[in-house]
Amino acid sequence: MASRRVSSLLSRSLFSSSSLFSLRGKDPLMSRGARRYSNLASASLEDTITPPVKVEHTQLLINGKFVDSASGKTFPTLDPRTGEVIAQVAEGDVEDVNRAVVAARKAFDQGPWPRMTAYERSKILFRFADLIEKHNDEIAALETWDNGKPYEQSANIEVPMLARVFRYYAGWADKIHGMTVPGDGSHHVQTLHEPIGVAGQIIPWNFPLLMLSWKLGPALACGNTVVLKTAEQTPLSALLVGRLLHEAGLPEGVVNIVSGFGPTAGAAIASHMDIDKVAFTGSTDVGKIILELASKSNLKAVTLELGGKSPFIVCEDADVDQAVEMAHFALFFNQGQCCCAGSRTFVHERVYDEFVEKAKARAINRAVGDPFKSGIEQGPQVDSEQFEKILKYIRHGVDSGATLQAGGDRHGSKGYYIQPTVFSDVKDDMLIAKDEIFGPVQTILKFKNLDEVIARANNSRYGLAAGVFTQNLDTANRLMRALRVGSVWINCFDVFDATIPFGGYKMSGIGREKGIYSLNNYLQVKAVVTSIKNPAWL
Amino acid sequence: MAARSRVSSLLSRSFSASSPFLSRSQGKNLNNGSRIVRRFGTSSAAEEVISPSVQVSYTKLLIDGNFVDAASGKTFPTLDPRTGEVIAHVAEGDAEDINRAVKAARKAFDEGPWPKMTAYERSRVMLRLADLVEKHSEELAALESWDNGKTYEQALTAEIPMVARLFRYYAGWADKIHGLTVPADGNYHVQTLHEPIGVAGQIIPWNFPLLMFAWKVGPALACGNTIVLKTAEQTPLTAFYVGKLFLEAGLPPGVLNIVSGFGATAGASLASHMDVDKLAFTGSTDTGKVILGLAANSNLKPVTLELGGKSPFIVFEDADIDKAVELAHFALFFNQGQCCCAGSRTYVHEKVYDEFVEKAKARALKRVVGDPFKKGIEQGPQIDSKQFEKVMKYIRSGVESNATLECGGGQVGDRGYFIQPTVFSNVKDDMLIAQDEIFGPVQSILKFSDVDEVIKRANDTRYGLAAGVFTKSLDTANRVSRALKAGTVWVNCFDVFDAAIPFGGYKMSGNGREKGIYSLNNYLQVKAVVTPLNNPAWI
Repeated sequence: MASRRVSSLLSRSLFSSSSLFSLRGKDPLMSRGARRYSNLASASLEDTITPPVKVEHTQLLINGKFVDSASGKTFPTLDPRTGEVIAQVAEGDVEDVNRAVVAARKAFDQGPWPRMTAYERSKILFRFADLIEKHNDEIAALETWDNGKPYEQSANIEVPMLARVFRYYAGWADKIHGMTVPGDGSHHVQTLHEPIGVAGQIIPWNFPLLMLSWKLGPALACGNTVVLKTAEQTPLSALLVGRLLHEAGLPEGVVNIVSGFGPTAGAAIASHMDIDKVAFTGSTDVGKIILELASKSNLKAVTLELGGKSPFIVCEDADVDQAVEMAHFALFFNQGQCCCAGSRTFVHERVYDEFVEKAKARAINRAVGDPFKSGIEQGPQVDSEQFEKILKYIRHGVDSGATLQAGGDRHGSKGYYIQPTVFSDVKDDMLIAKDEIFGPVQTILKFKNLDEVIARANNSRYGLAAGVFTQNLDTANRLMRALRVGSVWINCFDVFDATIPFGGYKMSGIGREKGIYSLNNYLQVKAVVTSIKNPAWL
Repeated sequence: MAARSRVSSLLSRSFSASSPFLSRSQGKNLNNGSRIVRRFGTSSAAEEVISPSVQVSYTKLLIDGNFVDAASGKTFPTLDPRTGEVIAHVAEGDAEDINRAVKAARKAFDEGPWPKMTAYERSRVMLRLADLVEKHSEELAALESWDNGKTYEQALTAEIPMVARLFRYYAGWADKIHGLTVPADGNYHVQTLHEPIGVAGQIIPWNFPLLMFAWKVGPALACGNTIVLKTAEQTPLTAFYVGKLFLEAGLPPGVLNIVSGFGATAGASLASHMDVDKLAFTGSTDTGKVILGLAANSNLKPVTLELGGKSPFIVFEDADIDKAVELAHFALFFNQGQCCCAGSRTYVHEKVYDEFVEKAKARALKRVVGDPFKKGIEQGPQIDSKQFEKVMKYIRSGVESNATLECGGGQVGDRGYFIQPTVFSNVKDDMLIAQDEIFGPVQSILKFSDVDEVIKRANDTRYGLAAGVFTKSLDTANRVSRALKAGTVWVNCFDVFDAAIPFGGYKMSGNGREKGIYSLNNYLQVKAVVTPLNNPAWI
């Protein structure tokens, strides 16, 4: 039922921005069709559904071919529902990154990729988007199996957005213009916007394919070649999509995909002397290492998309029911595993008690269970490390005197499911209000006035995103400027259209992805100056 | 004399025209100044040291609108490169002074007034500053020349006017910084705000102290940021003077703070400061790597780097040889060879190689070296003893690696840091003088046979800052401009540095671009703002 609502919305405005927000409205999403975490105990875990997909690709994709790693080593990728092995995947290391770079270097330096017309490049990307749609269900199943996110979310939102992002950047390929520049004398000046060369891209496990599209789309549109490392938790879907890219006509060596771990394959990319640019999405601590490796090697340009502790501010004039639903969504979406999660819910004191009561009720209503089951809102966390980390933060919240309104424990006895958890009476100096928890733990804080909430919202090393809930135009206008974050969602959250730039202030990152802004990450600017004789104009 | 008035007239016609540096050497009669001055071969150039016609009025740190001593009370001497003698003792900023400066800049940003003023008001402060720079151009030029050793004529007729020109350019940008509205995929109103970043840390070099100041301060202020700027320890004087003019122009206290001091102390604390939101650095590649590492290990402030180069200057067989010789000479020897974009690998096609070398040697022998305050002088001393020794070491390395020393190779005079214009021919790609950035008056001339080969050799370097291309063929020019991995390609010209032209490096020559519209990105954050639309008339 709920899933049909999502689908119909998508079919109307295919991969529309509102797709993530079908959750808006009065009735909580998907509540009727699924069991509650509170009353079904471990029932949802008993009958693990067999994913309707086969794992076909587990090798590295280098120079257009699937190959074993140089060492012959593999690592297991696990099903977060059970902790059982899905498949053994080739484990890339330094030598494999070297091979991938040689292939990407050749595809860039000797062509054909940057030497094809932009129109030809765009046609390959358009064909690729068509193939994504053709294989939508298969891709979505693989994504859910490896990551644990609800299948409906993968099939109805994420995979369609993947196609949408690639069509967006396909359209940019033949619209990358340099400028002519006014000279102060008799010179003809122009700027060329050139591809950088070989881009290294390191993506996370929370939205494996979306992150792939944010990175590959602009890099390929601008004429670069790529060595992409997937997260060790979620290597599978990228390999399938890599095959489709080649089916769409991508020449060999243009995109190389290496599965593997950060300290080995990831570090090799960040410090490689023949990689011209690196883009990384992940934690702030790892981002610092990546930047340092770039600084110590060849000064490759770096874009970073890092952690967050984003405020979600509910002003006293807000529609409380709508704000509760959106705040719930802002935090719990994708099992709370979003870098931009609204993880500090600031609520005005006049509506605080009502808000907490309703937020608690909404969390208790959240449908947790096997992500392949229809109507499920929340699957398992991605792995045991994340699972343990989140439970540690929950204990921390209790120990530091926050009020546990709902949840607080694992869900079931198998896999990495966690109960939707809500804390009220949270103070700014508690660890749960400062650190990125990356799990289904909502922390609700109280505020009195705008000056105060602006100061508190900005008092974080992070600056990724913010939600603002108000009907007052003055309040909205003031907050949108005062918040030191890269995205401000007003009376909405997690709107991720391809055109909207995303990225962080402060220690949430450097640079912007998506939209026109992401092109800058994959272009070098070259000024070309020639003397002109007897110019008709200057 | 004639040369000077030509430069001036060019400047007065098309105020701060592009490549004013070149006006002296363009055209057929080169070296007009040569009649009245001595050649480098004579050692008397440094005998009679001319007294600069300027007083040193500002030697203290500029913090929060006041000139103050360093917290430690320490000072360091800044030296006259003509003699090695002390010009003045200057306050030596260190971590504590950077902290004070950041606090002032933080306050001026977080509480205002700077980002809370209208862009129009900000632009008017910058326009007034430009007027004041022109009014005081002779004092500024004298101070720049004294501290740096560059010729007074160059400082007065080219560089100071360009400082004014750059501030007018960025003043004009202040009220033209537009965000975008963005097409959404659903019922949303989407816009992007281009906001100032906050407190910018800026570290500038000694080779063009005020121009580098203008490249950095101009866009940062236009975009509404506040600044903590560290000058090079070799050349701290002129920035203070301009800082004073800024206050006179109405810049609020704390918006621009200037700290003199050393890289390892003041520079490092700026790069690793947790309350500095952005860092821009111009200097060597090795130091650039350190700066980026400090940013990575502190608060991940975004960093723009403008670093070293070993830029090819390629002369094809169809080029006008006399003009190419003159431009190649200028590309390398300008500013005592102390340019990050110096054309320091002169590639000449084999068919014209011998003729080129002969003429390049003749031109270098004619180069007028002497007291930079003397009229007609083309080349002053190197900046300091360290650079002097480094350049001499590379000259020895060139000789030892069997390049042919065509001319120069020694010191000029026996005082200060003057070096003979030096030309090597038969230079091979694997020689140190063809690989390292020498940053001195040493031209290396290499031979090539065809376009494919020279493109490959030109790109075979860790650097990618600039390139010169000399040809009459449109096909050659078009092909080579795309193939060279360099941030600037000058075709049949060199060192054209108009305010509107972006400058910066590929590869290990840096990250980001300065000047032009591109530099604004360095000082802006992009914020996406999304609101739902009820019943929109259009999407």
